[in-house]
Amino acid sequence: MKNNALMFLTLMSVWVLLNASLDPTLLAIGAGVSLLISFAFCSKCDVISGINLSPKAIAYSFMFVFVFIGELIKANISISKRVLAPSLPINPGIVQVKTKLKSKVGRMVLANAITLTPGTFTLDIKGEDLFIHWVDVKSTDVDGATKEIVSTFEKYLEVMYG
Amino acid sequence: MGDLLEIIGGVFLVLGSITMLLAAIGMYRMPDFYNRIQVATKASTLGLLQVALGVGLIMPGWAPKLVVLFVFILFTNPISSHLVARAAYFTKVPMSKDTKIDKLKESISKAHLKTVKTKA
Repeated sequence: MKNNALMFLTLMSVWVLLNASLDPTLLAIGAGVSLLISFAFCSKCDVISGINLSPKAIAYSFMFVFVFIGELIKANISISKRVLAPSLPINPGIVQVKTKLKSKVGRMVLANAITLTPGTFTLDIKGEDLFIHWVDVKSTDVDGATKEIVSTFEKYLEVMYG
Repeated sequence: MGDLLEIIGGVFLVLGSITMLLAAIGMYRMPDFYNRIQVATKASTLGLLQVALGVGLIMPGWAPKLVVLFVFILFTNPISSHLVARAAYFTKVPMSKDTKIDKLKESISKAHLKTVKTKA
C-alpha cells in the first residue's frame, strides 16, 4: 500500500509539473491515470519504498541535495583545471571501496553521486564492494579510498535509507 | 526587473556553454576511454543544470517543466554512462599506460580462481 501511494504521488507530481496548471479537469485526468498505473503495475515495486519518511530523513535529503550540487561544481572546477593544464596531470586507476548501505536504492543513489563527483566514476558493484575509476588515485587500499570517496555522501544516505 | 532576470539568465546560459566547451576539450585531450567518459558525464550534467537555470530565469513560465527535465537527466545520465563504461571494461577496451592500479581485474581473477578450484 505504501508502494502504491508513493508511486501515485510521484506520477501525480510529474503530471502537475509538466502541465504547470491547476485546472480541475487536468487534475482529475492525472489523478485517474496515476491511480490506475500505480495500482495495476506497482503492487511489488520496492524501488521507491526504501526511502525513510521520518522528518530527520527528509531534512537530510534536502541537505544531501545541496552537498551534492556543491560537489558537482567542485568536480567540474577540478576537472577543468586538469583539462586545461598543459601537462595534463592525471593519475588514473581503478580502486575498490566498501559501502555500509544495505538498501538497493541507497546503493544506487550512492553510485550515481560518486559518478557525478570529483574524478570518480562507478564501474561495477558487487554486493557491498564498489569498483571506482579514479582520475587521480590518492590511496590504493580499500579503507583509504573508502574514506576519500564514499564517506561524504554515506552519512546522509545512511539516514535517508536507513 | 524583467531585464535583470534576463541578464542573469544569459549569464547562466554562457556559463553552461563554457562548461560544455571544457568538456569537449577534455574529450579531445584525455588519454583513454575511461577518462573521457568521466569528463563527459560530469560536465554535461552541470552544463545542463546551468542552461536549464538560465532558461528558467528568462522564461519563468517554463520553470516546472525544466525541473522535471533536470531530474530525469540527473537520474539517467550517470546510469547510462556507468553502463557504457562497464560494457567497455568487460569487452576489454584498453586502459591508458598511466593507469596505476586495477582492483577490478584482481577481484575478477580471484573469483575465476575460486571457480576453477571448486570444479577441480
